[in-house]
Amino acid sequence: MSEADALAPRFRPGDPVRVRRADPPGHLRTPWYIRGRSGVIERLCGAYANPEELAFNRPGYPRQPLYRVRFRQPELWPDYSGAASDTVEVEIYQHWLEPGIKP
Amino acid sequence: MSAPTDRHEHHDHDHPHRHPPRADSDDRLGYYQLMEIAVRELLTEKGIITQEDVRRAIETMDARTPAHGALIVARAWVDSAYKARLLRDADTAIGEVGVAQGAYKLIVVENTQHLHNLVVCTLCSCYPRFVLGLPPDWYKSRAYRSRAVREPRAVLREFGTIVPDDVEVRVHDSTADMRYLVLPERPGGTSGMSEAALAELVTRDSMIGVARARDPA
Repeated sequence: MSEADALAPRFRPGDPVRVRRADPPGHLRTPWYIRGRSGVIERLCGAYANPEELAFNRPGYPRQPLYRVRFRQPELWPDYSGAASDTVEVEIYQHWLEPGIKP
Repeated sequence: MSAPTDRHEHHDHDHPHRHPPRADSDDRLGYYQLMEIAVRELLTEKGIITQEDVRRAIETMDARTPAHGALIVARAWVDSAYKARLLRDADTAIGEVGVAQGAYKLIVVENTQHLHNLVVCTLCSCYPRFVLGLPPDWYKSRAYRSRAVREPRAVLREFGTIVPDDVEVRVHDSTADMRYLVLPERPGGTSGMSEAALAELVTRDSMIGVARARDPA
């Protein structure tokens, strides 16, 4: 496998997604507060070497599509004190995402 | 300059007494400081790098300041076609004002009357150093990193920034390969100002999103 190898994107902007609720060992770039939470794909950022592999000095190929996913604040914190329309956007690699349910 | 003395006067009392000297903070090295010195000395001894290379690299890092980000923002304020290019492909657009691309992809997010953007890195301290220089200490603090996503409006208030409830607060958690720069709103009363004068109004904090750009004097 070489640097040119990248997985095909599974999601498009506007698609509903859910972050996997998982807790594998190792170096992860998926913050805890969004695991198991539902959001919407904002954009595809490109494909990048998997940081969970890079952390152990492996090449991280095939590269993973990386997305920005938009979450509504009340989805993350049920007692959120700000406006209900407030949002958080987080970069998430494709292998952490599963298809969500259309609202 | 007068000679140092251990007798001195306080405002509220003037009896002479000794204070224990404040300890130097550099008399004992931490684990990572020691490791850095050891690796650096090994690399220079083996001729892989020189002390001059190290000094030069630090100089390059120190030369990056929020003034770079301010050039980008000021240009976007005066040139709407530039702003469109910047929002579409920031890495290419920053070159137009002479700012070199960084090691990470830059995304510029625009504040409007309906949207206020705020940048954080909850996992560590990712920061767009190539356009803003070194991050402030509070940006790396656990309090900012956790509270910016949990209660962004309260954090903004502590910076003196009140965002009305009908304006969306959007937090960008830079967890991976992107870096974010906020394009603050152009302050009122600035029409006709030169690009250079406008850049003076663009602060570091306004490009992180914890504040607005300065009003003109």
